[in-house]
Amino acid sequence: MESFLFYIFGGIAVASALLVVTRRNAVGSAIFLILCFFCLGVLYLLLQAHFVAVIQVLVYAGAIMVLFLFVIMLLNLSQIEFGRIRNLALKVLGAALGVVLLINILGAINRPQLSEGVPLSEGFGGTAQVGMLLFSKYLIPFEVASVLLLAAIVGAIILARREF
Amino acid sequence: MVSVEHYLILSGILFAIGVIGVLTRRNAIIVFMCIELMLNAVNLSFVAFARHFNDMSGHIFVFMIMTVAAAEAAVGLAIILAIFRNRETVDVDEINIMKW
Repeated sequence: MESFLFYIFGGIAVASALLVVTRRNAVGSAIFLILCFFCLGVLYLLLQAHFVAVIQVLVYAGAIMVLFLFVIMLLNLSQIEFGRIRNLALKVLGAALGVVLLINILGAINRPQLSEGVPLSEGFGGTAQVGMLLFSKYLIPFEVASVLLLAAIVGAIILARREF
Repeated sequence: MVSVEHYLILSGILFAIGVIGVLTRRNAIIVFMCIELMLNAVNLSFVAFARHFNDMSGHIFVFMIMTVAAAEAAVGLAIILAIFRNRETVDVDEINIMKW
């Protein structure tokens, strides 16, 4: 059952990621990226990461992609913007470099160095466990992240001001 | 039972697709979305390793990466908006005011 779900949703994730890269229209790319994020959320559930799966859907598919769609529709890009094909040689070179990177990554994964998996402890991946870690071992990174978010809010408002 | 290698291979494929998108697309917003795709590929391998080693620190790292991605999306999209107001384009080949 797990491998069935893995192949289904992994396949959809890869297909929609390819569509993100190949769609001419930015709105289409954003919609397929949302689909890809939902599939990754299902994969997180398969990996027993319940809390991460929920914030994947809420924060990524919900908040961040809505922001992307807002900006795409605000910009009102002309069709000419999307349709041009220039620098075909550079694009082929870029795709070839990506394939070389993929081969390198797969080669690194194939080396049989990973030990056997450790059996999971009780309550693995739940909100309680994440909260315990977040407020004990990782308290300082948690607080720093809140400062980072504050800086991002101020920065975004200043950059998006009309008179800038 | 799906082994951790399966998840790592899927993560590698998604990351490579993101890299191809960044290298081949010229629309700044789509380049941005491909960067988000790469971040998600890394998140997947973090979660896969977290289950493999029964160590929930990986989930905290994913949490932090999502925080940084949200901040990056907000600031980056604001920059794209400001550039579009000044230059009337989001083509990364034509955004070269910092070049010289």
